[in-house]
Amino acid sequence: MTSHSPDIAAPPAAGLLARLASGKLAVLLVLALLVAVPPLFFPSGFYYRVGAIVWILAIATIGLNLLMGFAGQVSLGHAGFLGIGAYAVALLPSRYGIHGIAAMVIGAALSAFIAWVAGRPILRLRGHYLAVATLGFGILIAMVLTNEQWLTGGPDGMRVPRLVLFDWPVRGSDTWYWIGGGAMLIAAWLALNLVDSPTGRALRAIHDSEVAARVIGVDVARYKLAAFVISAVYASVAGSLLAFFDGHITPDAAGFLRSVELVTMVVIGGMGSVVGSVIGTLVIVVLPQTLTFLSDYKHIMVGAFIMLFMIFLRAGIVPSLAALVRRRG
Amino acid sequence: MSVVLEADGLGISFGGVKAVDGVSFRAEAGRILAIIGPNGAGKTTLFNMVSGVYLPKAGAVRLGGEDVTGMEPQVLAARGLSRSFQNLQIFFRMTAAENVMVGRHRHEARGVLAHLLSLPSVARQNRATRAKALELLDVVGLRAQADIPAGSLPYGALKRLEIARALATEPKVLLLDEPAAGCNPVETEELDRVIQQIAQSGVAVVLVEHDMKLVMKISSRILVLDHGRPLTEGTPAEVRAHPDVIRAYLGGHGAREAAGV
Ligand SMILES: Nc1ncnc2c1ncn2[C@@H]1O[C@H](COP(=O)(O)OP(=O)(O)O)[C@@H](O)[C@H]1O
Ligand SMILES: [Mg+2]
Repeated sequence: MTSHSPDIAAPPAAGLLARLASGKLAVLLVLALLVAVPPLFFPSGFYYRVGAIVWILAIATIGLNLLMGFAGQVSLGHAGFLGIGAYAVALLPSRYGIHGIAAMVIGAALSAFIAWVAGRPILRLRGHYLAVATLGFGILIAMVLTNEQWLTGGPDGMRVPRLVLFDWPVRGSDTWYWIGGGAMLIAAWLALNLVDSPTGRALRAIHDSEVAARVIGVDVARYKLAAFVISAVYASVAGSLLAFFDGHITPDAAGFLRSVELVTMVVIGGMGSVVGSVIGTLVIVVLPQTLTFLSDYKHIMVGAFIMLFMIFLRAGIVPSLAALVRRRG
Repeated sequence: MSVVLEADGLGISFGGVKAVDGVSFRAEAGRILAIIGPNGAGKTTLFNMVSGVYLPKAGAVRLGGEDVTGMEPQVLAARGLSRSFQNLQIFFRMTAAENVMVGRHRHEARGVLAHLLSLPSVARQNRATRAKALELLDVVGLRAQADIPAGSLPYGALKRLEIARALATEPKVLLLDEPAAGCNPVETEELDRVIQQIAQSGVAVVLVEHDMKLVMKISSRILVLDHGRPLTEGTPAEVRAHPDVIRAYLGGHGAREAAGV
């Protein structure tokens, strides 16, 4: 077994490096252009506002995709972590004078801890049972945020103090557009790194065959939990940024509909595709905005579009179109 | 020769039916132990108990002299036991090389933070892991298919891919469940060479296989199961001459033919 000379492997290994680099860099370049180019054509500040929301929410979608698209585990409660991140930056600065960035980090740490504790029993479940358990988890967090009026302001929500960086109050949709875009690029970079690492390979292996992963030494429970914790941190950071940007939050940020929206973004964009997560978020956020002229029928059309996407681009927008291009090319 | 893996009186039932009952064997380093028997004899179930996929109801498994009964598969893998599957368990959405790379998992540094940040050490390790994977793909004759998604490889190739993946863990014991199933004669010949090469490198191989020509040629001992129970055990020559074996196989055929009419 050991008698093979290393020269067999050396050239392809060097080739791999080039390919890996080009793959990861290409994806990041596409995303960077997606952020940088549209503002050249923005007719009004409103577009910056929508764009900022897209990039920030895409962070949560990318994180959820690590759990759903790579590890193959569903969560219908991820808005709960969005809510924790949002309320952390609302509460900690106003009540305890903690700096906004520190509050964001504390929120992320709290989300990680809650995911770690709740994830152990929940992730033993599979399929529909896992879906319902995560659903319950999300509802639980939303209810705490709604009911603890003394702390959270209840259903009316609360104001979020403006983020101040080096004596510079961060304001304006265009500023948040660039902050959101930059943060999304960092989130994408981290996710892409993970996918091509031992952890990423373990997650993808678990998705295809848990038993095979186990007999070659992968601690399946550990990696499911790791994916859950990482995706919780992604959602928490997105929640914090969204709260800073909006300046006001309500428990809806953690609500069931938000969780479903996140899952829809992952699936529409493409499970296991980082670019897909960004495109999925873009579609789900922008589509209702472009259909406002339909007034009351808007939501019906959004639903119809989602159905059409799933019927004709079942693997998700990005993977389906990529496959199409490959077949033509 | 040293005994690496020892199964002692293993038994399990499903719905009151004893699938495996009182089966013992010992696998020695550098040797090939074959386990044969008709379909439904309990060979795969035996593998599932030994590899920690099923919890045995009776008996014990010892690995390297230590009692490992009831340990989880990933713990056994860390202690040097790996296996392939009769019903393919391939990571279909990963390339052939990536499938084998997952097999290197227990030899890799597993700090998730370092992986997220893609530290230089991770890139270095990825290169080493891939080099090792390509080496193993070469052993099973799949080097040229390294970057093809496993989902688009033919059945016989996937059987060998499972072997390469299991080998990547650097096992002391390797359980192979019908590796030649679905292979053409050329591929079987190739497999014959690969399995012998694995044993020669010092691995204890336990082989479940229906291809009698292959079994008789490469095994040092053969255990025959029938209806979950051991029928006999011995060298290929002894087993071939054993009246019960002849009867069990002929009887099996006779019964099947009778049912088929
Ligand atoms: N998980 C299970 N549940 C119920 N019955 C099982 C299970 N696994 C195996 N069996 C039964 O155990 C018996 C032995 O099966 P198996 O080990 O697959 O045989 P072999 O591999 O020798 O063909 C069969 O009767 C099979 O139906
Ligand atoms: Mg079997």
